[in-house]
Amino acid sequence: MSDTTDATGTGRSPSRRALLGWGGAGLALGAAAAGGTVAVVKGGGSDAVPAADTGAAVPFHGDHQAGIATAVQDRLHFASFDVTTKDRAELVQLLKDWTVAAAAMTEGKTVGEGAYGGLAEAPPDDTGEALGLRPCRLTLTFGVGPSLFAKDRFGLEGKRPEALVDIEQFPGDNLEPGRSGGDLCVQACADDPQVAVHAIRNLARIGMGKVAIRWSQLGFGKTSSTTPDAQTPRNMMGFKDGTRNVSGTDTKALDDHVWVGAKDGSAWMTGGSYLVARRIRMHIETWDRTSLQEQEDVFGRDKGEGAPVGKAKERDEPFLKAMKPTAHVRLAHPDSNDGVRILRRGYSFTDGTDGLGRLDAGLFFLAYQRDVRKGFLPLQRSLARHDALNEYIQHVGSAIFAVPPGVRDKGDWWGRGLFG
Amino acid sequence: MRPVRTSVVTAAAAVAALTAVTGCADKSDAKAGGADGSVQVTATDSACKLSKTDFPAGHVKFDIENKGSKVTEVYLLFPDDRIVAERENIGPGLKQQLTAEVKAGSYEVACKPGMKGDGIRQKVTITGGTAVKRNPQLDAAVAEYRKYAQEQADETLPKVKVFTDAVRAGDVDAAKKAFAPSRLGWERTEPVAESFGDIDPKTDTREDGLEKGQKWTGWHRLEKSLWVDGKIGDDEKALATELDKDLTDWQKRVGTAEITPTSMANGAKELLDEVATGKITGEEDRYSHTDLSDFKGNVEGAQKAYELLKPVAAKNDAALTTELDKQFASLNTLLDKYRTDKTSYDFTSYDKVSDGDRKQLSDAVNALAEPLSKLAAAVAK
Ligand SMILES: [Cu+2]
Repeated sequence: MSDTTDATGTGRSPSRRALLGWGGAGLALGAAAAGGTVAVVKGGGSDAVPAADTGAAVPFHGDHQAGIATAVQDRLHFASFDVTTKDRAELVQLLKDWTVAAAAMTEGKTVGEGAYGGLAEAPPDDTGEALGLRPCRLTLTFGVGPSLFAKDRFGLEGKRPEALVDIEQFPGDNLEPGRSGGDLCVQACADDPQVAVHAIRNLARIGMGKVAIRWSQLGFGKTSSTTPDAQTPRNMMGFKDGTRNVSGTDTKALDDHVWVGAKDGSAWMTGGSYLVARRIRMHIETWDRTSLQEQEDVFGRDKGEGAPVGKAKERDEPFLKAMKPTAHVRLAHPDSNDGVRILRRGYSFTDGTDGLGRLDAGLFFLAYQRDVRKGFLPLQRSLARHDALNEYIQHVGSAIFAVPPGVRDKGDWWGRGLFG
Repeated sequence: MRPVRTSVVTAAAAVAALTAVTGCADKSDAKAGGADGSVQVTATDSACKLSKTDFPAGHVKFDIENKGSKVTEVYLLFPDDRIVAERENIGPGLKQQLTAEVKAGSYEVACKPGMKGDGIRQKVTITGGTAVKRNPQLDAAVAEYRKYAQEQADETLPKVKVFTDAVRAGDVDAAKKAFAPSRLGWERTEPVAESFGDIDPKTDTREDGLEKGQKWTGWHRLEKSLWVDGKIGDDEKALATELDKDLTDWQKRVGTAEITPTSMANGAKELLDEVATGKITGEEDRYSHTDLSDFKGNVEGAQKAYELLKPVAAKNDAALTTELDKQFASLNTLLDKYRTDKTSYDFTSYDKVSDGDRKQLSDAVNALAEPLSKLAAAVAK
């Protein structure tokens, strides 16, 4: 693909290939100033990973959408939308408007004519809470849910990919409709929560009358890493999990397990991926009074180092048979699942406490894969049945989205392949 | 009822400049004015000195210095005292700037040491460019809206009397029946009523909106007696008479409200805000659950203001009026689902409306209120 001028004409966006190499490509990070100078990403051989505090911008345009293989940022605001308009042209216009706004915001720019300086008696276009903040590696990733393809809606029934399945109810699921499903989704990841929230808030505002937020989830403390050298972050149970995550630099693994191929059917999805989102509530209080031995048995790792049972280091190859048959790591490992791998981008969440004084906390699980039928579904079937962790968790929200390929250039927009 | 009152008066003052001074966003205009130097304003406790009193139309910049001992403020005023632009809270020894887009005409600059009174006035003349022109279509819209507000008040009083008579007669059932209808005209024109500042707290305050020491009077106080206590005592009868009196006061003063095209537009949006914050949650009529009747009244009032402004707004922003027509229609269609007869204001009791249906109503209100917030700009263009 070619370099293109970004939506507001400030410079050249590097190719998504280069971006894919986030972990492996050398990054010449411009000191991104407030107002959003785009850091230039150059292909190269060093292992530099942009640190959160550089405030850099992640290019918006490319073969794949940013926010999947991109090195995981610190914060999340994920939103699921219902499409309320029945007018296809109106929905298409919204997706175009969203794309322009998204491109601007990922550069650290304001939406429309900005947050001030316009007519005094009209509300400003931009809500303004991200003024003065840098781009903070904001990525906005867009997807469409199965319900959008329903008959008598937008004439998309023939375009629904087979891989965009309706996720079954697993044993133990306690799904709340108000935290599940959705016609569209936008995943906002950034190193600053205000930047991520600002992005969703402005998109929601632009969308009023055409779409309405169905549910949304804030996340912090990324629970997985797509950069293999980085330490695997700990989840709310205090454990490292997902050590064998697909790396954002592993082109082969990405092609094999994450990106939809040209031969996978549904041409409009080539270069895209399928996203499963699950809100997994943890029974924090009971977990906290569980013995260390049991905690470690449940995961199949030690709590201190994160090493698999009988090993010394986190990344030592696990010997699965040394673990209990119900150990989480054993059940989730590719070797127990015909080599299946998914790319996880989950975040911890804590939404205060529930009415019973219990911490409403857990893992907002986000997984990207080339085919859910080979990725999340068999994995979750196995976990739902056997995982010792189930005593301490409950899945309360669930959604699946087809995430189209990247927005190529200024003329392209979210969903063009689907609606075009 | 709204706890924070962005009154029509305040809104009117802030936007008066715009209605008269069109083309504010036109930056080419800017060169006509302040480019050749700003106007120095030296404010003291007893003087308001300007470096010049005659300057060209367009972008005018005042460099203000407070050389007095009191906090001051500086205004640029139309001859009838409406505010073109203002800068408040300029402390002693401080410098501030005040800018405005101004068309040719006579104006006054006022410095107000101590931020009180009429201030120290200076006449200024602004020449060149085009003179202030009134838009007769907008003048007609304002006049028409003023008439509407008056009609609403006139028609409300007898309906209020049905309600208050029932209270005075001690007839709980009849009073309950008359409660929601007695509020409709008020709900349609609430921003006008609220602009007076003193009427709304007496008539439409909810229990949790009371200030310390404030006596709870008005509709919601009686609502609680009727629905929660189920009885009427001497206090309630007295309160009914007080409500009559306060609303008669409203009826008399409606005609004096300061109304401008932009305050009409923003008033329409404020009516939807009332719905979005108070009615969607069921807080407004928490005892009677007649929220949907108030809701309908708010929408009707907003729609009236919009329809009157529409000819001008459509010329400036046709896409906006198309969207507003559509969203008003779909919200009204949605509301119709909650009444069996489209001419009646007998709506489903709001406690019977499910969370899912409330969400749908909320989405529809947002879908209308968001474009409605752009109406003022479309009118002021
Ligand atoms: Cu896991």
